[in-house]
Amino acid sequence: MDLYIGLKVLWWVLLGVLLMGLAIMVGMDMGVGTLLRFVGKNDGERRQALNVVGPHWDGNQVWFILGGGAIFAAWPTLYATSFSVFYIVMILLLFSMILRPVAFEYRSKVAASKWRESWDWVFLVSGFLPMFIYGAAIGNILEGVGFHFGWDGQYYQTESFIWYLLNPFAILSGLLAVSMSVYQGGAMLMLRGTDPIASRARNYASTAGIIAIVLFIIGGFMISGMTGYTLISGDPGMPANAVSGQVVHAVSGAWLDNYAAHPILWIIPLLAIAGMLLGALMLRANKPILGWWLGAVAWIGILGTVAASMFPFLMPSSENLNQSLTIWNASGSRYNLIWMTIFTAIFVPTILAYTTWCFRVMRGKVNPPNPADDHAY
Amino acid sequence: MDMLINPTVVELSRLQFALTALYHFLFVPLTLGLSFLLATMESVYVITGKPIYKEMTQFWGKLFAINFALGVATGLTMEFEFGTNWSMYSHFVGDIFGTPLAIEGLMAFFMESTFVGVMFFGWDRISAKAHLVVTYLVALGSNLSALWILIANGFMQDPRGGTFDPNTMRLEFSSFVQLIFNEDAQAKFVHTSIAGFVTGSMFVMGISAFYLLTNKRKDIALRSFRIAAVFGVISTIGVVTLGDALGFIDAKAQPMKVAAMEAIWNTDYNTASAPWNLIAFPDKAAGKNLFEIGIPYVLTPLLTHSEDTVIPGIHQLVDEAKPKVVSGIKAMIALKEYNHDHSNVQALATFKQYQADMGYGFLAMQYAPDQDLKKVDASNLASVVDKTAHETVPNVWVEFWAFRIMVAFGFIMLAIFAFAAYFSLKNEIEKHPLLLKVALWSIPLPWFACEFGWITAENGRQPWTVYNMLPTFVSASSHSVGYMIFSLIGFVLLYSSFIAAEMYLMFKYARLGPQSSHHGHDNAPAGGGMAGQPAFAKPSLAKK
Repeated sequence: MDLYIGLKVLWWVLLGVLLMGLAIMVGMDMGVGTLLRFVGKNDGERRQALNVVGPHWDGNQVWFILGGGAIFAAWPTLYATSFSVFYIVMILLLFSMILRPVAFEYRSKVAASKWRESWDWVFLVSGFLPMFIYGAAIGNILEGVGFHFGWDGQYYQTESFIWYLLNPFAILSGLLAVSMSVYQGGAMLMLRGTDPIASRARNYASTAGIIAIVLFIIGGFMISGMTGYTLISGDPGMPANAVSGQVVHAVSGAWLDNYAAHPILWIIPLLAIAGMLLGALMLRANKPILGWWLGAVAWIGILGTVAASMFPFLMPSSENLNQSLTIWNASGSRYNLIWMTIFTAIFVPTILAYTTWCFRVMRGKVNPPNPADDHAY
Repeated sequence: MDMLINPTVVELSRLQFALTALYHFLFVPLTLGLSFLLATMESVYVITGKPIYKEMTQFWGKLFAINFALGVATGLTMEFEFGTNWSMYSHFVGDIFGTPLAIEGLMAFFMESTFVGVMFFGWDRISAKAHLVVTYLVALGSNLSALWILIANGFMQDPRGGTFDPNTMRLEFSSFVQLIFNEDAQAKFVHTSIAGFVTGSMFVMGISAFYLLTNKRKDIALRSFRIAAVFGVISTIGVVTLGDALGFIDAKAQPMKVAAMEAIWNTDYNTASAPWNLIAFPDKAAGKNLFEIGIPYVLTPLLTHSEDTVIPGIHQLVDEAKPKVVSGIKAMIALKEYNHDHSNVQALATFKQYQADMGYGFLAMQYAPDQDLKKVDASNLASVVDKTAHETVPNVWVEFWAFRIMVAFGFIMLAIFAFAAYFSLKNEIEKHPLLLKVALWSIPLPWFACEFGWITAENGRQPWTVYNMLPTFVSASSHSVGYMIFSLIGFVLLYSSFIAAEMYLMFKYARLGPQSSHHGHDNAPAGGGMAGQPAFAKPSLAKK
């Protein structure tokens, strides 16, 4: 296989890994934010809940920033087009993502209960909204997005942001992502929190896991009837040019074609369902570590299911089918991908090593903080 | 059928980017500088074992945390805005510009953000030496982060390492070495990160001066003041030196920016005696300075480090741009034809012939009828070329004064640091309350200098996003005005409330002073240790 094609596929896999890492790690923190008002009934309990993710949310958030940077470098056209087409949605996502660090840092610095109450609402919104948008964006991409390109590579959009936020499949996908983040955050609260937070978290998280299964299965049926996209012709080794060079057809149910061609792929959605189901059971049985990891498996299964049905599409255009973004026409150059691969090979293992070390250093149960403690949130 | 570019949307996108970038840079310099000051204080603690240095590290660390959160939060905006607001730019340069941003995340930002949690929360969980290493990693991470961001910015100032490919309609990454060893990027990284050290020093020195003036925790204040003053002298000298190097590099790579910075309208061929404008009122419409006071014999050696290098004036540079506009228009027409039919070898050959000036063709689009270069003909060519060539001149007034304010503040700070360090090292600083007051009231100076520095760098690059290659006018996303107003209002509301909360907390914690919730000894004698603990006591690191 040509090296360039191999690199494109590799960076498609890495894009998936990034989106999964982001969903699992950032999603967990978002879930804690969403649950904050419900698992913590008073200020001490809420501070305790925040301190469960306190030492790590900042490092986890980098998944999000790295996601932006890696898409920019490895998939420049996808970055330029998707971020712009979903403008209002992305801006809302951004606003809630920048509110969250501020909420962490500022909430407990002033004792007034009105101040803290307000920030607790910020945690709720900035936990719920980004995950909803994350899921809704993936849902929209599956449905096809209304855009086309000018001759110079500039995109033009035709659909309003209201459609992107409010269409049934997008809402379903958004709620699925929220449920999973509540699941993951709840598992972490069980793992490092103490009662009564831990037992409340267990109820919310295991319920969220069951809701996620239901939403995932309904979503599967919706996809089977949805208009999917098929790449009729397009050279995988072609230069990255989304303006011309491909022929794409839209066919009802086409998102299941890859599964029909390779039935082994059905393992992926089954993995997702198994992860959610067993995970919810494990949480009920007070086994949060196992439950957390099963939640991670479920996320991998869910995003893997989307990836397997869309391959080789990244973002199909419902307006100009042939200008759909695929792995073949939206990537960085060969030279760029080589350098990105080198840096990833060096730094991802390094990051995993020191992140593990930091989690080890800060491991253990988090107790309610001393009100005068300066080193806690 | 391409849609027309709406100039209002471009202007609103510029405004939004400028506001969010300048806002982001309110927090970055303090992170860059204070992180190394924290590491220095903690090093003294680990070497001498004196707990007061631990207390100092923790106290300044608390103020660091308040600032760090907003730096991270607002940095996210920058990472996203290229995609959300500058889609054509991102498409055009993403292959080379996105790479340093991605590497920044991998190499630096991950490190800084992961260790910062252990830095704040891990005091009792790891040994003093391990904690010191963590603090150094946070400082290193934040400065490495600046390195990669400025490599990306350096590419916009002096694009090296990319080659335009007519088949993908973008700059393709072609040389990693040229990208990272770009002179502009290297000089600017050192200049910018040292500017952060200056900011950190002024911050610590000014607040320490406040404690000395109000007799609060003199033990901590005197030590912090001295470390910050010495750090400040060295850093300010570094900033000025690297600023000079940057001017020297720009004089070669971006002559128009330098001409605007110095308000030089006409080339002065008497190189040796050419005057350097100390004060000027540049008027772009009139094409001259309405008023100027110059110092002869300074300009040429200052900018070119030589006696006989000619510094071109704005009018000459505009004239030099005119033939480039003519060939740029030809290049863009050929490029468009080639893109409609990739088998058109004739068009490809024409494009290659004029490719070097394609940026000027892009720039001419806004003056062509219906933004269509094909409609430029004999009747309007001269006027399009003339307008486009004049478009290459940035706002001279802003450029001239932003630069001068930055430089003036730099030298004022150098003087303050020098006096402060001198008296502090002689242990006489408390005898000079006026100097302490000056130090306190000078806290905002480095911020102003940093912001005006960025205005100089980025205003001077206009009308380009990528110098001489991609104009700002064609770089923005094709949004509606309504979208832009929505996001702009959101940013203004959000960012104003952030800065209000940040200032409130900074003032609150700075006024409270170190560990005031635990200790009631605001008037502890200088050089004393922690309450009830002799100064020579070994730090206790027992795990809780």
